[in-house]
Amino acid sequence: MANNENNKATIIAHSGDMDKIYSALIVANGALAMGMEASIFFTFWGLQRLKKGGLERGPLSKMNMFGLGKWMVKRKMKAANAASLERMLQDFVELGGKILACDMTMAIMGIKKEDLRDDLISDYCAVGTYVSEARESAITLFI
Amino acid sequence: MAEIKVDCKGETCPVPLVETRKALRKAEPGDIVEVIGTHPSSKKEIPMAVKALGLELLELTEEGDIWRIRIRK
Repeated sequence: MANNENNKATIIAHSGDMDKIYSALIVANGALAMGMEASIFFTFWGLQRLKKGGLERGPLSKMNMFGLGKWMVKRKMKAANAASLERMLQDFVELGGKILACDMTMAIMGIKKEDLRDDLISDYCAVGTYVSEARESAITLFI
Repeated sequence: MAEIKVDCKGETCPVPLVETRKALRKAEPGDIVEVIGTHPSSKKEIPMAVKALGLELLELTEEGDIWRIRIRK
C-alpha cells in the first residue's frame, strides 16, 4: 500500500510566519502518518525558521500586532494543548520526512550551513530537486 | 506478540495520528497497537490511516468522550 505511485507530499515553505509553518508541518506529518512520503522545501522566509533557535520566531501572518496577536494565539494553542513546532519537526524527521534547504536563499541572505540546524536537513538543493520530488507527488503545496 | 499502548487523551491534531504512526512503525508484524484518545476527528482519521497503510482495524470502542482503537500490524 505504502509504495503506490504518487504516494508523496511535497511542500514549499516560503513563508516564515508561525501559523504557516504550523500548516506546513501539520499537513506534512499527516501525510507521513497516513503512509505517504513527505518533504518540505524551506526557501526565503521559511528558511529563516531552520536557523538555530529560529523555529518559533516567526510572526503571525495576520493580526500579529507587533507580537501581541502571536502571544494571544500561542496562549490559546497552549490551552488547546496543541503540539509545539519543535515537537512537530522532530516527529516529521522521526517518521522519515525530508527537510530540504534552498541553497540560493542561503547565498542571497548570507546564511551559512553552520547557522542552520544541519542535523535535521537531508539536503541543500535548488528548484530541480523540488521539481523532481513534486512531479511524483499527489500533494504539492506552496505555503 | 506485543501489545503497545498509546495514550493520546487530551492531545489534538495532528498528535494522535502521528503518535499512532510512530507506534506502528516501531511495532513488529502481528503486534497490536492500542490508541486511546479524545480528539474527535482522530477517531475517524486513524481508521483512514490504518486502511491506507493496509493494516487491520480490530476494534473501535467509545466510552463517553474517550475512544479506543485497536490495530494489528
